Amino acid sequence: MVIVVSTIIKFIVFVLLFAMPLATLLTWMERRQSAYSQDRIGPTRAHIFTLFGKPIVLGGLLHPVADALKMFFKESFAPDSSDHALHRIAPLIGFVTALIVLALIPFGPDITIAGHVIPLQIVRLDSGLLLVFAFGSLGVYGAALAGWASNNRFALMGGIRASAQAISYEIALGLTAVGVLMTFGATELSEIVAAQDGLILGFLPRWGIVVQPFAAMLFFVAAMAETKRAPFDLPEGESEIIGYFLEYSSMGFGLFMLGEFIEIVVLSGLFATLFLGGWQLPWILGESSISLGAIAIELPSWAMGVVGMLIFGAKVFLLCALQIQLRWSLPRFRYDQLMHLGWKILLPCALVNIFVTGVLLWIDPSLNLLAWFGLGLMVFFVMVVIAGPRRTALAEH
Amino acid sequence: MAIRVREKVDYSLYERSYLPEVVRGLGISLRHFFGNLFGSKKTRLLQTVRYPDEKRIYPERFRGQHRLLPREDGSSRCVACYMCATACPAYCIHIVAEESPDDEIEKYPAAFEIDMLRCIYCGFCVEACPEDAIRMDTGLHTPAFLNRQDAVLGRVDLLGLLGRSGTEPAYGAQNYREDKPRGS
Repeated sequence: MVIVVSTIIKFIVFVLLFAMPLATLLTWMERRQSAYSQDRIGPTRAHIFTLFGKPIVLGGLLHPVADALKMFFKESFAPDSSDHALHRIAPLIGFVTALIVLALIPFGPDITIAGHVIPLQIVRLDSGLLLVFAFGSLGVYGAALAGWASNNRFALMGGIRASAQAISYEIALGLTAVGVLMTFGATELSEIVAAQDGLILGFLPRWGIVVQPFAAMLFFVAAMAETKRAPFDLPEGESEIIGYFLEYSSMGFGLFMLGEFIEIVVLSGLFATLFLGGWQLPWILGESSISLGAIAIELPSWAMGVVGMLIFGAKVFLLCALQIQLRWSLPRFRYDQLMHLGWKILLPCALVNIFVTGVLLWIDPSLNLLAWFGLGLMVFFVMVVIAGPRRTALAEH
Repeated sequence: MAIRVREKVDYSLYERSYLPEVVRGLGISLRHFFGNLFGSKKTRLLQTVRYPDEKRIYPERFRGQHRLLPREDGSSRCVACYMCATACPAYCIHIVAEESPDDEIEKYPAAFEIDMLRCIYCGFCVEACPEDAIRMDTGLHTPAFLNRQDAVLGRVDLLGLLGRSGTEPAYGAQNYREDKPRGS
């Protein structure tokens, strides 16, 4: 009974009150953030009422509401020649598989309420990360089936591109995760978070990004390719093949779009869990207290849960913002470049990462050597970026 | 047609490794983002004018709605010479000339009509006018019309408009034809 009730409450809190609203918010954030990056102001005109002669626009926050209403009231159109059942199901597959992954991500520490220990994670399965990848691969059926069932050549092209891309990058994605699994010795996500507790080398957080920076970078790239967004948005392309959702209107298209944003949230949550210590914050967040310098505040179990959720939420939000910024900074790849990157660069790099991780772990199982190596790698990268040669001929403005 | 092969840019290994360049690109777009988000009005790079709420001030020589300039007695300065109608590439000016009762002036326009639907706002009529009788300095857009007849503005309509500053109907404006007062 407790499990059922607590699971439902966790579902409401994490999925209905965090992930879904965040995904909706991201549609607005994407438009405003891209606008500000390009010296525009973005959408700021939707309003419902006027106060003191001024329309209340809330910085354009009402645009997602207006968009959703528009989607709902449009005609849901399907071509006569399409496969109606598949055409209907396809958006759901993409959307639901993205949502299911959320069930496996821990979004806070275990809390104790009235003697019951409740993990802040909807499902705790030992297969954890493996299941995440399983559903990640299922997600591509959404795009592939949408392209197939539409009975439209352009949509089919988009679907084929989406499946080829997803398959290519899943290999790299899985292999980079192997490095993390080797380092932390667990596939269950909350165990991975627990393994990132505390400090390493005395001053660095024991996060995945410190001991596995190369894997973190590869994982981020591959996962961005999995979400089918720029610079990897080959399955869609307004100017050429339009996309696998070409024959969708109304909320069918809306689900594809929202699913894409849900995937961003999922990817951010996964990245935060694997590489940024999940809900943990070293130096400040202790076992059952918050300490800032000399001040330490003891917190009850539920409050620790809230703090953990806030920290996790903040990490996810920042990662989402980073992905959006990347999207609006980088030009997209050509399809052959995409395949080149996936098979000839990411895959060998992931294998090298596994090898190096294995050797370093074999020499020193305490992760210290890995941390030194990761630190060195990061310092090297920062040096390269700062001291790298510049082309002065291309002016910035 | 000869095929032109664009010169290939030789990217260095540093650039081809892509990642440092990604970081630098992110830096540029983030600089714009935060500059626009937190910058003061002066340092912001935003170019947007929120049109119906704020309107951009048109440049000094903006060509808007035409007007006819009056003499001191209120009659039009136009002498119905047809120079503007001839210069007009859109054939939107229609003039009916009649003999002027004033001895000094040969003709006056009994009708002077501009079809605002045909006008392309090139300003040739203003250039052609030897009397400085027509100008496009009202700073106004063409109003909206409900039918085509309304879009033909006549002499009275055009004489009623003022210059952009809203003041002078340009009495005694310095004009190469008017270096000495009339009738002297």
